[in-house]
Amino acid sequence: MRCGVVVFPGSNCDHDVYHVLKHVLQQDAAFLWHQDDTLKGCELIVLPGGFAYGDYLRAGALAALSPVMGAVKRHAEAGGLVLGICNGFQVLLEAGLLPGAMRRNASLRFLGRDVHLRVERTDLPFTWKLRQGQVLRMPIAHGEGNYEDAPAKLDALEANRQVVFRYAAPDGADAGDDPRWNPNGAARAIAGVCNAGGNVLGLMPHPERCSEPILGNTDGLALLASAVEAGSAALLRAGAAR
Amino acid sequence: MKARVTVYPRREILDPQGKAIRDALNRVGFPAVEDVRAGKSFEISLGTEDPEAAGRELREMCERLLANTVVEDYSVELLESRP
Repeated sequence: MRCGVVVFPGSNCDHDVYHVLKHVLQQDAAFLWHQDDTLKGCELIVLPGGFAYGDYLRAGALAALSPVMGAVKRHAEAGGLVLGICNGFQVLLEAGLLPGAMRRNASLRFLGRDVHLRVERTDLPFTWKLRQGQVLRMPIAHGEGNYEDAPAKLDALEANRQVVFRYAAPDGADAGDDPRWNPNGAARAIAGVCNAGGNVLGLMPHPERCSEPILGNTDGLALLASAVEAGSAALLRAGAAR
Repeated sequence: MKARVTVYPRREILDPQGKAIRDALNRVGFPAVEDVRAGKSFEISLGTEDPEAAGRELREMCERLLANTVVEDYSVELLESRP
């Protein structure tokens, strides 16, 4: 399937995602510039990690208003797949494509280390290759990953099953506020959320940094493989319907 | 016309930065400090002298960009007009 990786000034994980999509998963991949106002026919859009626009004002705030985001919004509203990783997740929050907001990590430190994630939902295009309750080990690298929203909004998020990944102990037990397992103080240990339609996903950890055996960890590959294969399957169905 | 916009974390949301600053103030001899909210301030020059229009536009700026209203509140203050 044709995958587009958006490049903002300050993105720094764009080539990593491109590499996994193009060379590991053997997909047709392209870079999309933040000034572009079309998605060049891409079906899966990935907003990569980094520091878009230097994180000026707030992480993701200025990137959310860039021309390409208008096209990304239309793509998302039409049911197209959008994945935001780390800074890409922050951009999706600022753009209003996902609910909630990010605060500084509770420790006030930038964190670069591995965490454990529990898979909370497997009926999504991004997670159908994962098992319910499966524990994944993935790296994080962020200063603002402390997910927050009003308690009533968090209740609604849970009721709608929009919490897709939660920080957890290595055995999958609840992390709570334990900083060993919930690294940044995220409300309800939320590490990744989707929109109501399930076609937009954001997560703080970096699946593209753990998708090849040479990196010592392949726990991230199933997420990216789910997305590209779900997209391809949807295209085949659409083709058959025509 | 000049204006000052102040953006700060909402009361009900934990402000890790403000808490660290409060703890530091307590430590260096200001034990009476109970709470600190760390925010941002913007000084904005506008090419209008109509306070009503300016206020409306500034609030819109806050809603659209300057504040993230999920976690932040804002206040808008019109400063003296240019002579």
